[in-house]
Amino acid sequence: MDNFFSGETHAWTLLTIVALAGVSVLSRSAFFLSDKDWALPQWVQRGLQYAPIAALAAVIVPEIVMTQGILIHTLRDARLYAAAAGVAYFFWRKGAGQVVLGTIVVGMAVYLPLHVGLGW
Amino acid sequence: MILQRAYRQDPEFRRGVVDMLGVAPGIAAWGLMTGVAMVKSGMSTVEALLMAAIVFAGSAQLASIPLILAGAPIWVILATALCVNLRFVVFSVHMRPYVMHLPLRDRLIAGYLTGDLTYVLFVKRFPQPGADAVERTGQMAYLVGNGGINWLTWTICSVLGVVLANAIPTQWGLGFAGILALLGMLCSLASTRLRWMAAVVAGTAAVAAFALPLKLNILTAIAAAVVVCLALEKAVQRQPTPRADGGH
Repeated sequence: MDNFFSGETHAWTLLTIVALAGVSVLSRSAFFLSDKDWALPQWVQRGLQYAPIAALAAVIVPEIVMTQGILIHTLRDARLYAAAAGVAYFFWRKGAGQVVLGTIVVGMAVYLPLHVGLGW
Repeated sequence: MILQRAYRQDPEFRRGVVDMLGVAPGIAAWGLMTGVAMVKSGMSTVEALLMAAIVFAGSAQLASIPLILAGAPIWVILATALCVNLRFVVFSVHMRPYVMHLPLRDRLIAGYLTGDLTYVLFVKRFPQPGADAVERTGQMAYLVGNGGINWLTWTICSVLGVVLANAIPTQWGLGFAGILALLGMLCSLASTRLRWMAAVVAGTAAVAAFALPLKLNILTAIAAAVVVCLALEKAVQRQPTPRADGGH
């Protein structure tokens, strides 16, 4: 067990981490805090239906087409083929159960040989 | 209290669990690699374990670790995490009418459990807030089941990643499974042409604005997509439609 706990632990860092958990709670509950009666304007309500898919695309796309903040200029990148295979699987099997699980499995089945095997 | 048995016995609880289990392998791989990254970046084991156990926000964790190690002031670290988490503030605007019948403590628990995938799955399953007590209880049961499994998967795997940090090869890129899980969710949301447009606009904007600090490119991208799609909705409505009922 002696080698298991590595590094020096600082009380201040532990406090910072607890505060970070607080940020998780408060950011996700930001508009739950006030009890005041208040409704969203109609156009915001309509606009919000696009927020989930936009948030996902904003997180995903840079992770697929960028490396260290720069757009990739090569087709020899395992992520491109893994993402394409995953999307193709999704729309092929759409409607079947657990199709997202299949997207992950098919994507990784393409990704790992290209990335680990060929170094793409 | 939202974690009570009454919620766990609601059929929607199980439904929420099952919906999240379908993407859990992606979350598991992502959590595992986040745990590994925390240790490899130089945090002590105790610090990494605490962070893995309670913070429950992958991108905010990865953004704050270098700042913690550099000895940045605490307000800089917290402000950075808040900026990375700003998309959750947008989600909370959307989720507000679903949770306001709960007491504050339960709302905070519901908020904590509403990560990216839980938000997406929840609003997909429930496009409208519940009209009566039974519906509202079912919705919260779904949220607790769904978010609970997300939390358990993420937390257990992050802790595992911390413990096994030196045994797991980072160069394999196993964390990419997390991106594939999000990609699968994106596909399942792309049910209309305007939603496809939202994905295309947001993806392009997120790449174009990548140089913004504090991951503000994500919020910029969401805003751009919402504005473009609302404008397109208007443009489509203005055109005379061949529908005979003249409805809207």
